[in-house]
Amino acid sequence: MARIIINRLVQGLLTLFVLVTITFFLVRMMPGSPYTDEKALPAHILEQLKAYVGLDKPLPVQYLTYLKNLVFEQDLGVLLKKDGVTVSEIISQSFPVSALLGVLSIGIALMVGIPAGIIAAVKKNGPLDYACLAAAMTGICLPSFVIGPLLAVFAGLGLKSLNVAGWNTAADWIMPALTLGMVNAAYLARLTRGGMLDVLNQDYIRTAKAKGVPGWRIVTRHALRGGLIPAVAYVGPAFAGMISGSFVIETIFQVPGMGQHFVNATTDREYFLIQGLVLFYGFLIVGANLLSDLAQIALNPRLRAAA
Amino acid sequence: MSAPVEKGLSPWQDAWHRLSRNKAAMLGLWFLVAIVLVCFIGPLMPFVKSPTVINLDNPGADPCAEHWFGTDQLGRDLFARVLYGGQVSLLVGIVATGVAVLIGLIYGSVSGYLGGKLDDLMMRIVDILFALPFLVLVILFSLVVDKPASEFTEWVIKTTGWSRDKVAPITTLMPLFIAIGSIGWLTIARIVRAQVMTFKHQEFVEAARSLGLGHGRILFRHILPNVIGPVIVYTTLAVPGIMLLESVLSFLGLGVRPPNSSWGILIKEGADRMETNTWLLLFPALFFSSTLLALNFLGDGLRDALDPRSSKD
Repeated sequence: MARIIINRLVQGLLTLFVLVTITFFLVRMMPGSPYTDEKALPAHILEQLKAYVGLDKPLPVQYLTYLKNLVFEQDLGVLLKKDGVTVSEIISQSFPVSALLGVLSIGIALMVGIPAGIIAAVKKNGPLDYACLAAAMTGICLPSFVIGPLLAVFAGLGLKSLNVAGWNTAADWIMPALTLGMVNAAYLARLTRGGMLDVLNQDYIRTAKAKGVPGWRIVTRHALRGGLIPAVAYVGPAFAGMISGSFVIETIFQVPGMGQHFVNATTDREYFLIQGLVLFYGFLIVGANLLSDLAQIALNPRLRAAA
Repeated sequence: MSAPVEKGLSPWQDAWHRLSRNKAAMLGLWFLVAIVLVCFIGPLMPFVKSPTVINLDNPGADPCAEHWFGTDQLGRDLFARVLYGGQVSLLVGIVATGVAVLIGLIYGSVSGYLGGKLDDLMMRIVDILFALPFLVLVILFSLVVDKPASEFTEWVIKTTGWSRDKVAPITTLMPLFIAIGSIGWLTIARIVRAQVMTFKHQEFVEAARSLGLGHGRILFRHILPNVIGPVIVYTTLAVPGIMLLESVLSFLGLGVRPPNSSWGILIKEGADRMETNTWLLLFPALFFSSTLLALNFLGDGLRDALDPRSSKD
């Protein structure tokens, strides 16, 4: 067990290192510079600005300085266009917003998707199964930026108290979280159904039935543990999907989270902010994958022996 | 009395039989054929208007005989825009997936065939890339290849003398093809590697080797044809994901850019004006979602048809 964790941690660190490196060079290779939008600055002022944040040095030196600051001082750098604002400040302001949105929508996805998948599997090929499958397929094929505006129109018209833009009161959380949650619930329902069907066809389930174990008990005590493995395996990577979804959701519902900052940072060429946000995303994904691996091992003893 | 000789079916005929019995998959297949015809042949018809002619006298018109889907905020015909946008969305979906599959096929088969330390290293790299935030990198990468792509456009125009209207719509999409394709090959590489590993120790490969065939010939002529099934299934299922990705990028203003349009762009424009002109969102969304639905149905059907193990469910 400890060996698995250490193994994954090493791989996670390696992943982050690769990510930092790729991002650093991609960002520097983007056409334009942070200062191109400004009214033509006199050359000597531009030089001073660049020297101030170290952009005047050769790329390898910049890269090593960035790594050094990152590792030894946990310093992500500063914003180039807003004086005195650090990348860490932006992240610590916007992360709680994105995290709340993420947790709420994962919660919705789990509460809707997993029961729907279990019911569909138990009632295989019945009307309830087809209803769940059709709903899930619709959820997969309707992009979040179609569901979002539609929900906003219908709910915004019917329930005036639900704000469709902004992030001030708890009522503002409902629409974005619901939109993001629904998309993921659809994937989860399909995976749970598939996983449960695999398990329900196994011999030990037939044995349980033959022994006279009641149907609901077979599902809850015997099948669920194995049947949930694909869904659990999905939740970690789904976290990465949440991020891409939340870019769109944050744009639609004007949520002041990390996604908005990232999209703006790419157009403004805020080098350090892009790098910092990407690293932070990577960090979250590596953490989520680690947790989901551990959860899978907890659910599936065979993985423990293999490791 | 000799029994009538039963003619055997090739695996592909067998798969086609299974597929053609699957109603949802066949519906998806015919729907896709229809959508492709409508989007690529439709605009050649005389009654389809230009998607770019602006008519400020008639903005936001309701659907009518003149404008089947109505007009947008600039008075452009929405039906024509949906067809031309569909060309771009389908093209991105198919070409970007093609690039990803090609890279994945080569990487995965080399890794699986050679095995050993190199295989370990190559798969470790895939593991690491797999954990990277995919969308974020696609965005950054597409910005990086933006400038070379526009230089390439100029170069093509200069050397071939073709008109800009013909060249630009394709070459401006290249950053998307390259960005999505060069980051989306990981899953296919894993699938191909696993398949190649199961085949490389089988007798027919041993036989080919003992005949003195080279590695390249063994891999491409004897092993890869057996891998095609799972690759087709995955490709079909990957296209909708990549079309979604294109639309997300376009929605954020980072993918296909005006005056080019795609279903993603039309949906974004529709979403902005949804309260007054709902169909500006509804028609593009309907085309987009039903295409994704059809691709998913076809992909599921192909998986059942080509993978005998799963056909029992």
